[in-house]
Amino acid sequence: MLSALGVESLEGLFAHLPAEVRLNRPLNIPPGKSEYEIVDYFRARGDECAHGFASFLGAGVYQHYRPVLVDTVVSRSEFLTSYTPYQAEISQGTLTTIFEFQSMICQLTGMEVANASMYDGSTAVPEAAMMAMRVTGRDRILTARTVHPEYREVLATYARHQGMPVAGIDYVRETGVLDLNQLEQNIDTQTAAVIVQSPNFFGVIENVRRAAEIAHRHGALLIVVFAEAVSLGLIEPPRDADIVAGELQSFAISPSYGGPFAGIIATKEKFMRQMPGRIVGETKDTRGNRAFCLTLAAREQHIRREKATSNICTNQALVALMATVFMTVYGKQGLRELASQNLSKAHYLAAKLPLRFTGPFFNEFVATAKSPEAINRSLQEKKIIGGLPLGRFYPELNDAMLLCATEMSRRQDMDKVAQAVSQ
Amino acid sequence: MIKKVRPHINQNEALLFERSSPGKRGYQLPPLDVPPVDPASVLGAENTRAEITDFPEVSEVEAIRHFTRLSTQNYAIDLGLYPLGSCTMKYNPRVNEQVARIEGLAWAHPYQPESLSQGILEVMAALEQVLAEITGMDAVTLQPAAGAHGEFTGILLVRALLESQGHPRKKLLIPDSAHGTNPATATMAGYAVQNIKSNALGMVDVDELARAVDQDVAALMLTNPNTLGVFEEHITRIAGILHAKGAQLYMDGANMNALVGIARPGDFGADVMHLNLHKTFSTPHGGGGPGSGPVAVKKHLIPFLPKPRLTRASDGWTWNYDAPQSIGRVRAFYGNIGMHIRALAYVMAHGGDGLRNATLDAVLNANYLRVLLQPYYDLPHQEPTLHECVFSDARQAQRGVRTGDIAKRLIDYGFHPYTVSFPLIVPGAMMIEPTETESKDELELFVDALISIAKEIEETPDLVLTAPHDTRTSRVDEVTAARKPILRWKSPR
Repeated sequence: MLSALGVESLEGLFAHLPAEVRLNRPLNIPPGKSEYEIVDYFRARGDECAHGFASFLGAGVYQHYRPVLVDTVVSRSEFLTSYTPYQAEISQGTLTTIFEFQSMICQLTGMEVANASMYDGSTAVPEAAMMAMRVTGRDRILTARTVHPEYREVLATYARHQGMPVAGIDYVRETGVLDLNQLEQNIDTQTAAVIVQSPNFFGVIENVRRAAEIAHRHGALLIVVFAEAVSLGLIEPPRDADIVAGELQSFAISPSYGGPFAGIIATKEKFMRQMPGRIVGETKDTRGNRAFCLTLAAREQHIRREKATSNICTNQALVALMATVFMTVYGKQGLRELASQNLSKAHYLAAKLPLRFTGPFFNEFVATAKSPEAINRSLQEKKIIGGLPLGRFYPELNDAMLLCATEMSRRQDMDKVAQAVSQ
Repeated sequence: MIKKVRPHINQNEALLFERSSPGKRGYQLPPLDVPPVDPASVLGAENTRAEITDFPEVSEVEAIRHFTRLSTQNYAIDLGLYPLGSCTMKYNPRVNEQVARIEGLAWAHPYQPESLSQGILEVMAALEQVLAEITGMDAVTLQPAAGAHGEFTGILLVRALLESQGHPRKKLLIPDSAHGTNPATATMAGYAVQNIKSNALGMVDVDELARAVDQDVAALMLTNPNTLGVFEEHITRIAGILHAKGAQLYMDGANMNALVGIARPGDFGADVMHLNLHKTFSTPHGGGGPGSGPVAVKKHLIPFLPKPRLTRASDGWTWNYDAPQSIGRVRAFYGNIGMHIRALAYVMAHGGDGLRNATLDAVLNANYLRVLLQPYYDLPHQEPTLHECVFSDARQAQRGVRTGDIAKRLIDYGFHPYTVSFPLIVPGAMMIEPTETESKDELELFVDALISIAKEIEETPDLVLTAPHDTRTSRVDEVTAARKPILRWKSPR
């Protein structure tokens, strides 16, 4: 090969690089290791993390059972090692599954169109907000304080440079839901969107219909966020929303210390050309057979450059496929049954604890606990990770913790948690 | 002659919704160990949904056949060369997949106590360290979820730095050869875009750059080597011009596979850059993602990095939220950790020398293709190239055959096409990046295919214009798809 190129050594291929840019020493990285050593290293790192613990953490990342089929499917080389399906003729596998994904997300959320995925729920929120700005020509965003605090932090980072003022709307201390009166007082003719999360960060179900009614009366859009997708198996979807921005981690995506996950944006048909991200559409090939391809690319960065709806390019396709397989395995009945188990487990645990809020909840709730950190330390000795102490995000809730129970929570562990919190 | 493939039977597969029958199921939940509650009574009837209409109802066997049959309709790097330029489709080692699934790592919750997360934090710290060494930068954040997200993060860092000096400035300079994500990122970060024309060599025109840099310019976003595969030979002068006017050099690291172990952006003047772990560091593309876009910076940008920052305390690793000048969070939690694990495994398997050898092989492979194809296709830029080369369809266009047609015909020869019509500065671009993964044999098969197609264009151009012929799906009507969008399945009922 070298002789074909007319160079004497591989180094010769870099002869044109200016001397001052060359690295004149080996990289300071240890020599290559065998597969065995690599597996051993990561096993040892895994052993330094919690395993064999029961956990009652939720707060945007949920422990749900991952059906074996999920990893079986995403381990197929043809899904795992393919690129973005630009060449439709040899990418029908990926394109068809994305089309099914979009269809299922619509059925699940009550929306009319969905994109192929966003990075995660937290980044889907600012993308939805920017979309609302484009749709309404307005710039102000109102966000419920019951939206996941880290999602709100991400929104603040994006908003700062968009000329997009963001204001928070408080929650009703008794019920744990968005204060609709305060929303009514703060919404104005510059408000592009109202953002609520349901179930909200406290696990409580928001009154989406009322929030929509207020937003629409003032010409603003309603963006509904969800972080616990399993809730949609049982809870009325946000049909009154204009945009739904969600996180699918609950659908067979490992917690993985926070990522990779998959976000989505779904909306009404009339707003589809303002959506960010990849979208797959149905069409035909020259033989008249049904086929799928990436479409509405005129929104995207590789065509529109600085005028694109977003800069997103790589998304979370393989993770979205995990969610697709999950939705297929559980299906119509299963998702409902799974959601019902979550509901029953959470209410079993909640019945034994002093609840902070009276609003209806799905699989997480806020319990009053004098010293959340001390309770968690005592639970840790029993190989249980307790709830999330809320003082770090809500100073007024420093005597409260957010607890989550899923289908994987065992009764005897819930009894131990109840005992520790009540003491 | 088509050597790599011959047609084979490939099964039809309906959509899940069309395969569903009422009552079929593919799951079994354990019995409830607590009393069941009635949803409507605890949620309220108004909050309880009716059944989800048009949702799948299939058995486990039907589910696995569905996805397996669909998978056979995909091309993949595991089936052969995938020469998409600037996409760096290299082999994805399977050990990476296995270690990312180790229970203590895969099941770690982002809010579990730090004392129970030290193994993951150690992995992240180790990755930050090797990426800093590879790039020659002083610090790395792993928070961004993909390359474009890294660009956004990096430009916000520039903005925060300039703001701290009094004024964020107004615009970014972006060469006309840049990826579309660069200008789209500029807009999201609140900057106007000024395009910089490439010179006849396909490089940044240094004189034009010098004229363009003024007090309104926040940064130049530069891909190096650029999208032609050409190393910007005046890079240190370019950095000097920017720095003299108080502007920053942002480097798009999409093409870092050409430089690892050979040259470091931190040594040639870059202030901030992103890496694509799904390109250079072998994490799988998965049909479009997930990616991971770590951002590496020089010292002066460290105070602005996203929070929290991973910090070493006396009793181990900890998350530090005390960063008053930070741009804030760009993503919930800490990033795409599963990708960090895979990337570190890749680095460990190669070691410093192995990483450098991968670069040498990637550049060798690209130049080998270039030399063998040059007699048959127009090479508009003659400068030496590194990891990729860009031909144009100029000769074939005379016969009415364009880059997109040649790409479709390549499919019949058993290859995924190159990147079509990009970069924009080359009309009819054919952008080819083989990576270090490919053997001489696979490269020569690809060359044979392109030579054969060149001959077909001379003799039977229609054969190429109507390709692909041997795929189960023939050429797809993308125009109708965009004109009359059908974006979900609807029940015919």
